[in-house]
Amino acid sequence: MTAIERIASAMVWVIAALAVVFLLAPLAITVAVSFGDSAVFSLPPPGWSMRWYERLPNTRGLSGSLFTSVQIAALSTAVSLVIGTLCAIALVRGEFRGREAIATFLVSPLMLPGLVVGIAMLQGFRSMGLRDAWLSLLAAHVVITMPYVVRTVLAALSLFDFTLVDAARTLGCSYAQAVRRVLVPALAPAFLTSGMFAFLASMDNYPISIFFTDAWTKTLPIQMLQLVEERPDPMIAAISTLLILLAILALIIGDRLVGLKRLADF
Amino acid sequence: MQQPQFRIWWLAVPALGYLLIAYAAPLVYLLMRSVIRPEGVSLQLFSAFLSDDYNLRVIGNTLRIALLVTLLCLAIGYPVALALARARGIAQVLLLTAIILPLSIGVVVKAFAWQIVLRRDGAIAKFLVATGIWDEPKRLLFTEPGLVIGAANVFLPFMILPIYSVVRQIDPRLSEAGATLGASPLHRFRKIILPLTMPGLITGIAFVFSMSLSMFVIPSLLMGDRFQTLATLTGRSFLLMRNEALGSATAVVLLVLAVSVVVGSTWVSRRLMRGG
Repeated sequence: MTAIERIASAMVWVIAALAVVFLLAPLAITVAVSFGDSAVFSLPPPGWSMRWYERLPNTRGLSGSLFTSVQIAALSTAVSLVIGTLCAIALVRGEFRGREAIATFLVSPLMLPGLVVGIAMLQGFRSMGLRDAWLSLLAAHVVITMPYVVRTVLAALSLFDFTLVDAARTLGCSYAQAVRRVLVPALAPAFLTSGMFAFLASMDNYPISIFFTDAWTKTLPIQMLQLVEERPDPMIAAISTLLILLAILALIIGDRLVGLKRLADF
Repeated sequence: MQQPQFRIWWLAVPALGYLLIAYAAPLVYLLMRSVIRPEGVSLQLFSAFLSDDYNLRVIGNTLRIALLVTLLCLAIGYPVALALARARGIAQVLLLTAIILPLSIGVVVKAFAWQIVLRRDGAIAKFLVATGIWDEPKRLLFTEPGLVIGAANVFLPFMILPIYSVVRQIDPRLSEAGATLGASPLHRFRKIILPLTMPGLITGIAFVFSMSLSMFVIPSLLMGDRFQTLATLTGRSFLLMRNEALGSATAVVLLVLAVSVVVGSTWVSRRLMRGG
């Protein structure tokens, strides 16, 4: 290694180390603030307490919005997993024209401004006569979760050797058995990672959900932003900490089941 | 799998049909309503929008912030992607965690965290005063640098991951071969590493730029109402001002910008693939 290379390599590692701090510090600071007993965000806090957590159960609208979010995220992810996987199979196995265009179209909601998609859907749903907030949210979130499923399952399917299904049938499996015993296990990691990211994307969505909420039906991000604007105190940090904990849990499960490196596949 | 082709084709229908009705049709309807005015087909909505100095400033704000965020993400993200491809053991786990964990945390949580970090008594001001860079603590919250730093933090993983996905496929022997043949480190980077990472670089830039163009929660929390971008103005005009004409104009301008970023980046990477 020449001197220039050593300097370049050292710089790369220094930047990487700083980037780790840059990415994780805001989360760590949020957690620290949530356990402080001061109502202003001073760090380190003058004393430690659980008072912000004790307030959570009594905050109006919080548990309701959490329930709505989980409901919508779970249902929309399930719907996307089923129809998205079917579509991915058609795109990989079929020989009709425009398959690439269809794949791009199904992933495109990820690339367009959420706010614009939200407004368009609001006007579209209204003109189709759909006015119920909960149903509109679900209908919109299927579009939000679809790209994650299609992208990941499509990638996994294009690596899958379909002659294995034929082999299983030669060995005496029925067509349904062959799909269940060969194709489904091979796709399981893709279902898991795409399902996880789709679920989180739905839980997290703000710019589309904002157009479909009413006084009774709110998702968690909407409720949280409203709280931030009404009274920004460490209680928000307490909610954030619980969500960070949930994300860490999801990451550990994902690591155990498919490995961290696989989660980074893009 | 001896399945007739017409059957396979049908499997695409539920997802495709659903997205056509629930997503494509509403977008087309939005675009049509913006050009079909009571007086007939006209671009009057946009000419009125673009003739207002304030709106031009809003477009300028949007593009400037998106450009700065993309540059900052690029400056941090490229070296980090190189490091991640080389990292093993605990360093790899740490880097992967730092990149993937924030991806699974909501934007409201992260934007709120930056509200705390960017305050006058926040972590960054304390750090800069302690290191002597600043004489006295200053507030970064509700300033443009604060917004750029916060947004870059949220979008950084979307720059790192696409670059990493191409870097890790590069055969390290290529660079060694270059060295054997007497190429200097800088020359090797320019002629071997940079061209091979170009597709990932373009994807990352396109992702971060289009996301920064259309971000809404981050500027709302880190800049407040005095500073408007196309996205915040779109949100405000529909949610607060009930000004549908203004909202449609900003929404369509934003849509056109975002689509041109996607189309442009696809075009560039196709050309690169053919050229290289």
